[in-house]
Amino acid sequence: MTNPTRFEEAAAFHPRESIADLKWPTDPAEIPDWVYTDRRVYDLELERIFLGPTWNYVALEAELPRPGDYIRSYIGSIPIVVARDKAGEVHAFENRCAHRGAEFCKTYRGNAEQFICPYHQWTYDHSGALVSVPFRRGVKGKGGMPADFKLDEHNLRRLDVTCRHGVVFASVSDKMEPLEDYLGSEILDQFDTIFDGRKLKILGVHRNTLPGNWKLYQENLKDPYHATLLHTYLTTFGLFVAGNKTAIMTDAKGRHSTLCNARPQGRPSDDESKAEIRSFHAAMQLADPRVIQLIPEKNTPWTSNAITIWPNLILLRQTNILGLRQIVPMGPHQFMLIWTTFGYADDTPEMEQHRLRQNNIFGPGGFLGIDDNEALKFVQDGLRRSVPRHGLAPLGNDEESEDTVITDRAIRSMYRHYRESMGF
Amino acid sequence: MSRKSGNRFSDKDMRKSEEAGNAKPLVPPPAIDRAKLAELRFLVEEFHFEYAAVLDRCEIERWPEFFTEDGVYRLIARDNADANLPLSLMSCEGIGMLKDRAYAIAHTEMFAPRYIQHFISNIRVRAFEEPYITAEANYLVLETLIDEPTRILQSGKYHDVLLQQGETLLIKERRCIYDTVLIPTCVVYPP
Repeated sequence: MTNPTRFEEAAAFHPRESIADLKWPTDPAEIPDWVYTDRRVYDLELERIFLGPTWNYVALEAELPRPGDYIRSYIGSIPIVVARDKAGEVHAFENRCAHRGAEFCKTYRGNAEQFICPYHQWTYDHSGALVSVPFRRGVKGKGGMPADFKLDEHNLRRLDVTCRHGVVFASVSDKMEPLEDYLGSEILDQFDTIFDGRKLKILGVHRNTLPGNWKLYQENLKDPYHATLLHTYLTTFGLFVAGNKTAIMTDAKGRHSTLCNARPQGRPSDDESKAEIRSFHAAMQLADPRVIQLIPEKNTPWTSNAITIWPNLILLRQTNILGLRQIVPMGPHQFMLIWTTFGYADDTPEMEQHRLRQNNIFGPGGFLGIDDNEALKFVQDGLRRSVPRHGLAPLGNDEESEDTVITDRAIRSMYRHYRESMGF
Repeated sequence: MSRKSGNRFSDKDMRKSEEAGNAKPLVPPPAIDRAKLAELRFLVEEFHFEYAAVLDRCEIERWPEFFTEDGVYRLIARDNADANLPLSLMSCEGIGMLKDRAYAIAHTEMFAPRYIQHFISNIRVRAFEEPYITAEANYLVLETLIDEPTRILQSGKYHDVLLQQGETLLIKERRCIYDTVLIPTCVVYPP
């Protein structure tokens, strides 16, 4: 689409200071502390990654089912509005009035005839185009806008939008490759396992802040090493144990990843051949096992799949939970997570209840969600409070087979891509 | 300028669910005589205070004792309640799920040690249909982590159906609707 009112090329929201003092360590297993703590690095990330040549997740179409529907969202740290126009087309634009810069949309979601900034009633349509300004000719021939004022030069800054199977991505760049090419075939296959073209039904949204750098969250879902060690719930109740069939794959550029796992049939303790699963305590039975019950619904060998899409999306299918997590950076030391949980529009009421019950596992009050959020806070506490050093991601190697579980391979590949994007 | 009936993003949406999840309009005090009302409110207040005392001591494995066998507990973000979205932050249907949640907190979840304090006020008895008391209360949970200042974890409202058994009450249904939609890191202990 044409996009007359755009973010500037390489939009520099903060003046770029010299970063010549920042030297990347020579050991490829080392990650310097300053990528998580330095404000200059954060500002450059906004410019070169989130407002650079990337597709950013911004909404599900099921959140905007009718013409006029809108939600608040973000690209990088920047508030945007995603809206559906009268013709059904989805648009995304900055949530900031072209006049005095007010963040005008203050509701999570809704339906609007048009968007009116409350300060001076500048009025925009569903594409973010300015359609009217009050007192344009002043009062009694005095005041008003300059004679050469043109509405279409004061539209809200718009983003390019692409949708696949109900998932909406946006980019500041209008030169982006198609989403399918951006994801690559391996990731696209896994993406389509969740978004198979069926209509989605939104079940709800969780939101939390996390006192950590946004990249830690991407890393966490590229890290199969932690899954069986941090998440005692998984091993205790047999959802994911180190002996399960597991694979982690990345796209050709190393920026996206998919961590797939196949849960054993039945309880591992019932299977004498599963001798390798020593961390599993046969005594631990859930009083109500419905929470982890798998109702087969997908034609895939994997029962769980954690997909990271660079830079701001985590897609998670665990048993019958379907959800995505949008990462919103809020400075080097904090980010927001928006967890959108959904099912399919044609789910039976029982299946919907099952998904809702199972969602006790995730979210900022979930059996696993709490572990991750706390662990990442621990990392940032260490980064923030101590003397800088280099963190380590040394496990495995970069030529190993995809079924290697105890590995940091996908974290290293993300940082190779990161350094290229950032010019480090 | 003729302004169409546009969305001005006024704060009316923020108010629309003053009775979030309850669907009833504001009603006059329940048709219970004042002496009975005072007695019920005292019972409910004592119940809240004992519930808070147990959670404030982090004795999470005693938490299911406050519920009936078929007791339901839901912790729901205000914006989900307003939008009629069914997702809960925590959801337990029956004593089994309540015990599993308590077990996970006590034995499988990893989190920094913390102090919590409940403050429960504005207790209102809304109906009494023996043996069930329908009641509401506001709650505030403060959380304190090692070497960090105390912060507000949740500001919310309890919507309860309580079963009266002699001098004691049990929760048949508790829906906690929290205004603190943007959660600071996580909610470990159920409010």
